Amino acid sequence: MNEQVKQALIAKLTALADDELILAHRDSEWTGHGPILEEDIALANIAQDELGHATVWYGLRSALDGSDPDRLAFFRDAGEFRNCEFVELPRGDWAFTMLRQYLFDVYEALWLSAAARSTYSPLAEAAAKVVREERFHLQHTQAWVERLGLGTEESRRRIQAALDEQWGYAQQLFVPLPDEALLVAEGIVPDLAEVKEAWLERTTEHLRKSGLELPLQPGYQPASRQMHTEHLWSLLAEMQSTARWDAEAKVW
Amino acid sequence: MTPLPSADQVWQALAQVPDPEIPVINVVEMGIVRDVRVEGGKAVVTMTPTFSGCPALHVIRENLEQAVRGLGFGEVEVRTVLFPPWSTDSITPEARAKLERYGIAPPRPAGEVGLIELELEPVRCPRCGSLDTSVKNTFGPTLCKSIHVCNACREPFESFKTL
Repeated sequence: MNEQVKQALIAKLTALADDELILAHRDSEWTGHGPILEEDIALANIAQDELGHATVWYGLRSALDGSDPDRLAFFRDAGEFRNCEFVELPRGDWAFTMLRQYLFDVYEALWLSAAARSTYSPLAEAAAKVVREERFHLQHTQAWVERLGLGTEESRRRIQAALDEQWGYAQQLFVPLPDEALLVAEGIVPDLAEVKEAWLERTTEHLRKSGLELPLQPGYQPASRQMHTEHLWSLLAEMQSTARWDAEAKVW
Repeated sequence: MTPLPSADQVWQALAQVPDPEIPVINVVEMGIVRDVRVEGGKAVVTMTPTFSGCPALHVIRENLEQAVRGLGFGEVEVRTVLFPPWSTDSITPEARAKLERYGIAPPRPAGEVGLIELELEPVRCPRCGSLDTSVKNTFGPTLCKSIHVCNACREPFESFKTL
């Protein structure tokens, strides 16, 4: 692998890991606050899985450049994170959280299914592992979208509002990184345009079936992962506080 | 000088290490120990995680290392591999029976899994054996279990997720 491809792969793995880490943190904010105990547990499980996936991607990056996953997670400032804005938006209400997780789960499951055929075997192997876990998320969040969309007038209003707000942000998942084309050309990562097509087909069908209307205007669509909303700063202040107070802490 | 233990003896020692979250079965029966090699004075154990976010992973790794060190190896290396991905099909038949006696419904055969196929087959109640059970939550107290209730004996129970 030449240096340029390697750097592109490091950037891609960082973006993948950061998406999972930040989304996991947003989900974990519901721990102890879920609408019912079972859902509290379910979302905590999902958050834990996403955190596990972040560890996998940081681990693959580490194998390429020797970076320390803990340093990356806890000691980078917001401007150095490469997650999309979609995952850093505040958790909102239950409908907002469930819809975001659903839209992300469909994307992740499709991306991983394609990445399992990567020509870079460490990535192919990790994707084959992680995709098996994603099924449980998708099963869960897909049911929630339907339940809220076809539930009461209030639940429908809330999830429709979430969809109107998120639809544009979600599109950033499919914006390739500056050098991602190099990786696609070598068969290392899937082409995001193809993943997007499958994602649009699947989500559109399910959202409509759930009584929701797709926004006519997609709204704000962030384009660069170098840019973040103000919300990432406060998220990191909380997530990183313990590690920054006492980096050597063995017992938190 | 006493000769170093063989790979077989290492396997036997590993079979004494319980799964931290399901202590009735050991890590070998769980199918997470992939390989054991004895090279010179060193033992190399290769393992694979169940769920990638499993919080018991580092405990398992430490316990494996400790069990092997106890045999007299100066150096023990525990390697982690992701491929082929662990599946509940790796759990041995004996361990499945133990799970059921412990009150956890064992996983069904996984085979090749579809992307979002729902689990349609009913889970058998580990207490009364009835197939008339309902899923209460596809997520349970640990990443690898779901929560069910038996409509026949009314008991709630856990089931090992088919992965």
